[in-house]
Amino acid sequence: MAIKILMPALSPTMTEGNLVKWHKKEGDKVGAGDLLAEIETDKATMEVEAIDEGVLGKVLIAEGTENVKVNAIIAVLLEDGEDASVIDKMDLSEPKEKIAEESPSADAPKKEAAPAQQSGGTTGVQIQAPPMSEGNEYEGRVSGPKEGVFATPLAKALAEENDLLIDAVIGTGPNGRITKEDVEMALQTTGGANLKAALALPRDDYGMPPYVPEKNSNVRKVIAKRLTESKLMIPHFYLTVECELDGLLALRKSMNDKAEGAYKVSVNDFVIKASAKALKDVPAANVAWTEGEIRQYVTSDISVAVATDGGLITPILKSAEAKSLVTLSKEMKELAGKARAGTLKPHEFQGGTFSISNLGMFGIKNFQAIVNPPQGAILAVGAGEEKLVMKNGNPATVTVMSVTLSVDHRCIDGAVGAQFLAAFKNYIENPTSMYDLARTA
Amino acid sequence: MSDKFDLVVVGGGPGGYVAAIRASQLGMSVALVEGEHLGGICLNWGCIPTKALLKTSEINHLLHNLDQYGFTAKETSFDLKKLVSRSRGVAEKLSGGISHLLKKNKVKVYDGFGRLNGPGKLKVEKNDKRIADLEAKHIILATGARARKLPNLEVDEKLVWTYKKAMTPDEMPKSLVVVGSGAIGIEFASFYHNLGAEVTVVEVMDRVMPVEDVEISAMAQKSFENQGMKIMTSAMVKGLNKGKNDVEVIIEKDGKETKLKVDRVISAVGIVGNVENIGLETTAVKVDRSHIVIDQYCQTDEPGIYAIGDVAGAPWLAHKASHEGIICVEKIAGLDVHPMNTLNIPGCTYCMPQVASVGLTEQKAIDAGYDIKVGRFPFMANGKAIALGEEEGMVKTIFDAKTGELLGAHMIGAEVTEMIQGYVVGKTLETTEKELMHTIFPHPTLSEMMHESVLDAYDKAIHI
Ligand SMILES: Cc1cc2nc3c(=O)[nH]c(=O)nc-3n(C[C@H](O)[C@H](O)[C@H](O)COP(=O)(O)OP(=O)(O)OC[C@H]3O[C@@H](n4cnc5c(N)ncnc54)[C@H](O)[C@@H]3O)c2cc1C
Repeated sequence: MAIKILMPALSPTMTEGNLVKWHKKEGDKVGAGDLLAEIETDKATMEVEAIDEGVLGKVLIAEGTENVKVNAIIAVLLEDGEDASVIDKMDLSEPKEKIAEESPSADAPKKEAAPAQQSGGTTGVQIQAPPMSEGNEYEGRVSGPKEGVFATPLAKALAEENDLLIDAVIGTGPNGRITKEDVEMALQTTGGANLKAALALPRDDYGMPPYVPEKNSNVRKVIAKRLTESKLMIPHFYLTVECELDGLLALRKSMNDKAEGAYKVSVNDFVIKASAKALKDVPAANVAWTEGEIRQYVTSDISVAVATDGGLITPILKSAEAKSLVTLSKEMKELAGKARAGTLKPHEFQGGTFSISNLGMFGIKNFQAIVNPPQGAILAVGAGEEKLVMKNGNPATVTVMSVTLSVDHRCIDGAVGAQFLAAFKNYIENPTSMYDLARTA
Repeated sequence: MSDKFDLVVVGGGPGGYVAAIRASQLGMSVALVEGEHLGGICLNWGCIPTKALLKTSEINHLLHNLDQYGFTAKETSFDLKKLVSRSRGVAEKLSGGISHLLKKNKVKVYDGFGRLNGPGKLKVEKNDKRIADLEAKHIILATGARARKLPNLEVDEKLVWTYKKAMTPDEMPKSLVVVGSGAIGIEFASFYHNLGAEVTVVEVMDRVMPVEDVEISAMAQKSFENQGMKIMTSAMVKGLNKGKNDVEVIIEKDGKETKLKVDRVISAVGIVGNVENIGLETTAVKVDRSHIVIDQYCQTDEPGIYAIGDVAGAPWLAHKASHEGIICVEKIAGLDVHPMNTLNIPGCTYCMPQVASVGLTEQKAIDAGYDIKVGRFPFMANGKAIALGEEEGMVKTIFDAKTGELLGAHMIGAEVTEMIQGYVVGKTLETTEKELMHTIFPHPTLSEMMHESVLDAYDKAIHI
């Protein structure tokens, strides 16, 4: 099956970007994780990696093209042994454009010409920015309003007709399905994120543009309160270390190849596992501050930040040190799915002894997270980047990932934090030392 | 001492008995009070017995048109008594079924007439005898409706009939006038016409079946006239001169009076709600033009008292009554329910050809300000219709050009009453023209016309 490579969204708000450079030519072999292209947004230039492997069959958007829409097809990847002739048979028109053409306002004959939305034999795959992404795919994927929204066809059509972002509409139909009535309701109340209506409003007396008000949900309020308290009350300090990823990426590839689809571990799964093991090695970092005592936990319960429509939520991988990488990977996928569906049970996200926040998939090099009390520390994970270094006197390229530990100084001192990071770095750079890697149970 | 229940339902028609069963399913203790017959009008004197009769009259029609299929039958005849008793048998069978269903669902049935005695209280009486006193936090009134009677159209059930008598004739009238061309009137017109009577339909509005789409009305009228029925629209019955065994009907049309002598007259000029003698005056319940005033969850102005079905207003249809029953009870039980969308209530008339519709007519859609797309597909162009020998009819669909919403569907022809639910499901699921176009319809069926009609609205019909 030939695979369409789509213009990735490098941030949730990105709608288009410039294709600065292709790192592969038509006919080049491409491996999963290979650098494919560079994309520039108004905020940053980012490298785009391939997720699948094969041969770059056709480049559809040339180097130097500006304002390429997110989700536009930029190239086609052929799978091993596939002939380039399949590309001619593929439907390469842009999905977004088609939706526009199918809209009732377009006249009939024009619509007739538009091919069916989904053509057989090809899959549309979105590529994502650098390596951490897989475990957290959901964070990088900015779905257009059409995808994954549980709404009636009429509700979708009505929302589109009125430029309403249907994602923001609350569904009251069977099982929460968004109905025509819900959309009508949203259109009536300004809280419905009706951009078109908002755009028509004048600026206010201070010259501020019109806005779309969105009521703070309870989740949002809790997040705001806890983060403010944490940042104000907890004496934070930060430790950063760089880890070489090449060994880990190779191991990951061979594991996934061997799994033949049974599982697919991500770099993030390794990060979880390595953190859990490092906490076991340096238990003084696996602590919580309370007024009366410092609690040192006997298991590594890792809270992993997941971005959802409703805000940030941190499902927990309990006793992660004792679980195999594959088990962790599967559990993480399941929890993330529940998090996005809003079906996490309280015991699945309340608690935890240590947190991980990964923004690598957005190309963030490194950042400092806010401690998630009463936990003592949180690890902020950045993107993997290729670097030229000297190795034994010779220049070599390595993939480097930067991680930053934010620490509550009341319960963890600098040296303990450093020891933890050293242990973490060691596991990441020597992943086989996490002895039970391949155990699938 | 009074018997206490969570819910008491007054009236055992399709509104009342369905509400009672649903309430019992939801764990309420339920009593049903019915004075005459379980199943209500629908089962005993409405939907069901008329369909049994219409079936037999269609058989008669077929027997006289066998040639078309290559058959000959000489001297066919029918026994009116047998037709009627078959129809009564069907009704009885079903009424017995309701009694069984209620028992199975542990609904306590009281045989008597209920009368409110202030909020939360009900007296049950029969033939001036007290049967029981009931108390309940919730009382649903489902007392139904009866035929409307006009002063210049005096019903005697001998020469001038309402539906009850029209369904149980002792002898076959040779000629008759049907006053009113709504569903009930036109079904009786079809029935008697197909059994060989000379039928004249008098309608005060300018077209038959006035609630239907204009185009459908026109096709229906043309078809009835081709079959030999007489149709007088914009016409009024001014009065009657009753003879011994016949009636002279005085009809005014275009300022001119016509006199028509016929054996019998059927009055089908609408219905009135059964709001009398049920103790409404002991409560705050409001009545407007013989119907109880309710909100969208069937709540009346008196807390704890609800009304559903015919007594609560139009459309007077059994499935509307039942659905209101469900909504009302589920709301009482605190479930998350939505009010009924009246634009999703289908209406069916079982005359020949049949008529079925849901949603807005073309004119109403235009009046409501929609920019519309209209699709039509004729029976003539459908393989199955031709094979069946049913080439008369049409499927018409109306879409909102902006969103693709199916605003209305209107059908006339064989078996359309069995097909309309396809569009009703579509409307309930809020499909647009796109999903309907991508739905696969089996071939060869009449339902393919439903597909083609949608395609036609977007200039994509294949077979025309
Ligand atoms: C000839 C004819 C043909 C019809 N054909 C169709 C059709 O094809 N399709 C369709 O959908 N509809 C049809 N209808 C309409 C349909 O019958 C009604 O819409 C339906 O019966 C309404 O149901 P209901 O429960 O509201 O009332 P009803 O069916 O009228 O039931 C009310 C019941 O309450 C009882 N009752 C009244 N007062 C009291 C009291 N004080 N105490 C105790 N019991 C009481 C009555 O005895 C009756 O049994 C037809 C009607 C007629 C007359």
